[in-house]
Amino acid sequence: MPPDTISAALAIARKDLAIEFRTRTAFLSSLVFALLAIVIFYFAWDPTAIPALDLAPGVLWVIFTFSGLLGLNRSFGIEQSERAIDGLLLAPVSRQAIYLGKGLANLLFVLAVQAIALPAVVLFYNVPVSGGFAVVAAIAVLAAIGLVAIGTLFSSMAVNTRLAELLLPMLSLPFFVPIVMPAAQATASLLAGRPVAEAAAWLKVLLAFDIVFVAACALAFPYTIEE
Amino acid sequence: MSSTPIVLAQALSRRFGARRAVEGVSFELLAGQSLALFGPNGAGKTTLMRMLAGLLRPTSGSASVAGVALRGGTAARAQVGMIGHHSMLYPALTAAENVEFAARLHGLPDAANVARHALDGVGILDRAAVPVRALSRGLQQRVAIARSTVHRPKLLLCDEPFGALDESGARALAELLQRMRSGGSAIILITHDIAQGLRHATHAAMMRDGQLAGVEPTSGVAPADYAARYRALCGLSDAA
Repeated sequence: MPPDTISAALAIARKDLAIEFRTRTAFLSSLVFALLAIVIFYFAWDPTAIPALDLAPGVLWVIFTFSGLLGLNRSFGIEQSERAIDGLLLAPVSRQAIYLGKGLANLLFVLAVQAIALPAVVLFYNVPVSGGFAVVAAIAVLAAIGLVAIGTLFSSMAVNTRLAELLLPMLSLPFFVPIVMPAAQATASLLAGRPVAEAAAWLKVLLAFDIVFVAACALAFPYTIEE
Repeated sequence: MSSTPIVLAQALSRRFGARRAVEGVSFELLAGQSLALFGPNGAGKTTLMRMLAGLLRPTSGSASVAGVALRGGTAARAQVGMIGHHSMLYPALTAAENVEFAARLHGLPDAANVARHALDGVGILDRAAVPVRALSRGLQQRVAIARSTVHRPKLLLCDEPFGALDESGARALAELLQRMRSGGSAIILITHDIAQGLRHATHAAMMRDGQLAGVEPTSGVAPADYAARYRALCGLSDAA
């Protein structure tokens, strides 16, 4: 009896995370990139010209976006050596299960990088840790869902090309804009000490794009991997 | 054995742009039968196999596996196993983890035990905990065979499966193929070794330019005679 979509997705996510846990290549490169970017932004910043709290949201979302991309490249890259992707496609599981499994593993990967990068930004930029900060963490999770939904789809498309590492950002970044824009706006509002209600409109936009991108990418995915 | 064909291909064709890779291939294979498929490089053998595996959509024609149309998606794929040019394994995972993962994707209960049994079937249970990247090419091929047959497919597609195997590996694979045929599976074996193909198959066929030249039983066929016909089909001289 073939497994249901959720069981198959969990098996695929578990396998991807086990491979990443063994190799740690993508996680370490994403983490090193994130921490280096924080340090470079910090030393390139003139504190007399721009207040730290004005700079922090931009730094945070540049780091989240690009460190996420580094990890997403690996998502279908691990399926290419020895054509393991054929093994996945031969299995009696729906194509959506493959997408969801890959997406889940990518989401946990991106969240793990964020969990380290966010406190580092707080530390470097003296971001006040208040009630609004918990909402910023929630925004990071919501945005990660949207970024991963898009990145997983384009990773499956880009991996079969010679310029996969160049093509993935070129395809993904325009679609990241509707996710990163409300996330950065809501973050800026909250870090400036404004009430959560003021960021609510941006959060609704972010949630709406999450739903649209997850649904659209899951539906489009089978067409990107079938010959 | 049931007389329901395990494989029923009807006028299967596949084009890549203007090029016809497979053209109007029709044949059937019953339970317990195995077909050795010969042909020069680029004849369309692998394309045909990938269509039967559900990895490639036919441009026209149809095929079914164990009575399930290939367009049936997951139900059809559940009946198929494939040993391809590549191992389809994850080098960072152990042999057992690779096979167990395949067992989980087929929804097999007690996947860990099933995987160990499959590895035992190809004689490498003692290497179950070794990462695939640390295994020799021949041992990786054995893991790939275990991965492809862990769910006991009704149709096993093998593309040069003996290639990297040593003598004991080849013997283990031959025994596995025999067991699968006895259990009612059908096997399609692509090989360039005519003697080996005829030895392991009940039927044989040649492909050239995407077309299948008639399927015939292998009983009573001398490898030398068949090889001469194969060379003639390929336009090779007898001295080659």
